Amino acid sequence: MNILVCIKQVPDTKDVRLDPRTNTMAREGVESIMNPFDRHALEEAVRIREEYGGSVTALSMGPPQAESVLREAISCGADDGVLVSDRAFAGADTWATSYTLARAIETVGEFDLILCGKQAVDGDTAQVGPGLACRLARPFVTCVQKIRLLDNDSLVVERMMDDGYDVVRLPIPALLTVVKDINEPRVPSLKGKMKAKKAEIKVLGAADIGADKQCIGLAGSPTQVVNVFTPEPRGDRTKLEGTPQEQVAQLVKALSAYL
Amino acid sequence: MLIIDKEKCIGCGVCEDNCAFGAIEVVDGCAVVNDNCTLCGACVENCEPQALRIDGGEKKQTTNLEDWSGIWIFAEFRHDKVVPVAFELLGVGRKLADERGPSLTAVLFGAGLDEGAAELIAYGADAVLVVDDERLRDYREDVYAGALEELIKSNQPEVVLAGATAIGRSFIPMVANALGAGLTADCTQLSVRAEDGMLLQTRPAFGGNIMATIECPHARPQMATVRPRVMAPLAPDRSRSGEVRRVVIPDDVLDSKIEVLESVSCEQDNVHIQEAEILVAGGRGLEDEKGFALIRKLADELGGAVAASRAAVDAGWISYPHQVGQTGKTVAPRLYIACGISGAVQHAVGMQSAETIVAINRDEKAPIFDLATYCVVGDLFEIVPLLTSKIKEVRGT
Ligand SMILES: Cc1cc2nc3c(=O)[nH]c(=O)nc-3n(C[C@H](O)[C@H](O)[C@H](O)COP(=O)(O)OP(=O)(O)OC[C@H]3O[C@@H](n4cnc5c(N)ncnc54)[C@H](O)[C@@H]3O)c2cc1C
Ligand SMILES: Nc1ncnc2c1ncn2[C@@H]1O[C@H](COP(=O)(O)O)[C@@H](O)[C@H]1O
Repeated sequence: MNILVCIKQVPDTKDVRLDPRTNTMAREGVESIMNPFDRHALEEAVRIREEYGGSVTALSMGPPQAESVLREAISCGADDGVLVSDRAFAGADTWATSYTLARAIETVGEFDLILCGKQAVDGDTAQVGPGLACRLARPFVTCVQKIRLLDNDSLVVERMMDDGYDVVRLPIPALLTVVKDINEPRVPSLKGKMKAKKAEIKVLGAADIGADKQCIGLAGSPTQVVNVFTPEPRGDRTKLEGTPQEQVAQLVKALSAYL
Repeated sequence: MLIIDKEKCIGCGVCEDNCAFGAIEVVDGCAVVNDNCTLCGACVENCEPQALRIDGGEKKQTTNLEDWSGIWIFAEFRHDKVVPVAFELLGVGRKLADERGPSLTAVLFGAGLDEGAAELIAYGADAVLVVDDERLRDYREDVYAGALEELIKSNQPEVVLAGATAIGRSFIPMVANALGAGLTADCTQLSVRAEDGMLLQTRPAFGGNIMATIECPHARPQMATVRPRVMAPLAPDRSRSGEVRRVVIPDDVLDSKIEVLESVSCEQDNVHIQEAEILVAGGRGLEDEKGFALIRKLADELGGAVAASRAAVDAGWISYPHQVGQTGKTVAPRLYIACGISGAVQHAVGMQSAETIVAINRDEKAPIFDLATYCVVGDLFEIVPLLTSKIKEVRGT
């Protein structure tokens, strides 16, 4: 089973925040990390390889610094890493990203399974997995919480829904996006870390993947950000005063409509 | 490309602080950009001397914009019922259609849809396109995407909205890709720009720390998924009339590679915090499961349900279906009482549209107090029992 895992490097979102006074983004301590959902996709791929044989390729599109998540992926069990990087890719929305990843994957080789995280935590769109499936014209299922069965030409998975889950069979080759419930990712082994250090990360640019200039980066993105701002705070607050007893008495009075 | 005007740049470094990617740096009094730039635009937005600009190059015009008109919503139908987000979409869709015109159409897929179609009209649809077919009873990514793509191609609506539910977020991106249309995920605000009728789609990014407004100037349709429980539905009016149009989709489109073997609802352990009018929510401040027993008493007294922050769920004090926030559920109860919750943005985005918010927290600087209608600064282990017994007293129970 040859598996490709799409991995995105993201800023650790819990640290990203606009300063409400200056409207500037406080960058202090913001680290770049492997998108948490992708860690689970990688783990699942490595587990499948351990059971069925084959290979796991990690692929990421991003700036040169994204190389580090590919090394991390290798330390966690991936066989090799491919970085899709070119200044011409900058500013890509999910449409252009899906296109670019699809071209890159077609360039790299043939895969039985493609695994993505459910969503990237920087944009939270969850659009790239399905977009990629569309581009590669292969069946897909999103939000997989469990792979129940896997054989050479089909798999049975549990797909998380808002009100429970569905059990779904689909043929291979396929694409899945996974949620965190699917597994508990391992920590890198020492051997893995050594391997990661020495690994050669292949880099593909726009020309290498034969990308159409009109479909990549900002120019290839149908969506356009026109404004960025901090969410407005609600204005109507009342601070209760006095002893706890007094505060509670005021509160109960104020809430009388709900009692 | 990010273009830096060396004449205008004053080397203040605001852009450097703004960049989440470490892609811009002030060198010798002037900003310099490196390969990490993702063209996110945060620096441009905040450059007071206006020394920064993004040049997007030639945008491709894929279609004649005039050929597309009308507002569409995708009405999700699951387990024999229209999913509530469809009514919310009709609420906002009605407003858009009244401004932009000419009409609001709901698209309904499934099997056995007559009642559902009538309901959609009562909630504001002018027309309902119904594809009633056994092969659409189960949700399957490929046939749903194929069928909607087919309908959009032959009718050319200007705007297509769907709920940002498990289903909407799964097949709508495929439709957008196939059509070459832009798609904005998980919108919390939609409006039409007066000058040119463009759909302005606003959504949280970076875990709700930042809001971004997005438009699709060159491609059609303009597509968005909309977060459930954010838009208000209209009051249903059973006397409204509308057209129900049955549509047949070609067989090859409805042939699926996917087979649904079973569809399991987890109603019993699935807590309906989204339906509750009153929620008492607990966070790390509750310290353990016993803390939850305390707020459960308060919730019982109020006839409400118990919700939680992610910190409390991660600690294992309460199960995931109770989680409110960006990675949990979005709730909009009439009353939300937050106990020992700091109010991190990721939590706030899931509860800030509650009608009344009460915050109980001993740290008067906790961000939850920026959202709260009533702020109680104090120890929850003292306040909550007092509150529970006072309510009991007032209600005479
Ligand atoms: C990508 C991402 C997604 C996330 N999604 C979510 C999400 O969906 N939902 C969510 O909730 N969080 C989410 N988070 C986490 C979020 O950033 C916060 O870490 C979390 O909400 C904090 O929970 P908390 O308020 O319970 O804990 P804390 O931040 O630790 O706050 C505890 C509060 O309790 C108060 N307190 C302590 N003891 C007492 C006492 N005795 N009496 C009164 N007050 C007391 C403290 O003053 C403090 O304000 C997400 C984070 C990331 C990075
Ligand atoms: N630039 C990228 N490089 C590699 N994989 C990506 C990239 N962007 C998105 N993905 C994959 O698509 C998933 C969904 O991302 P998103 O649609 O951005 O929320 C992620 O979990 C990744 O698996």
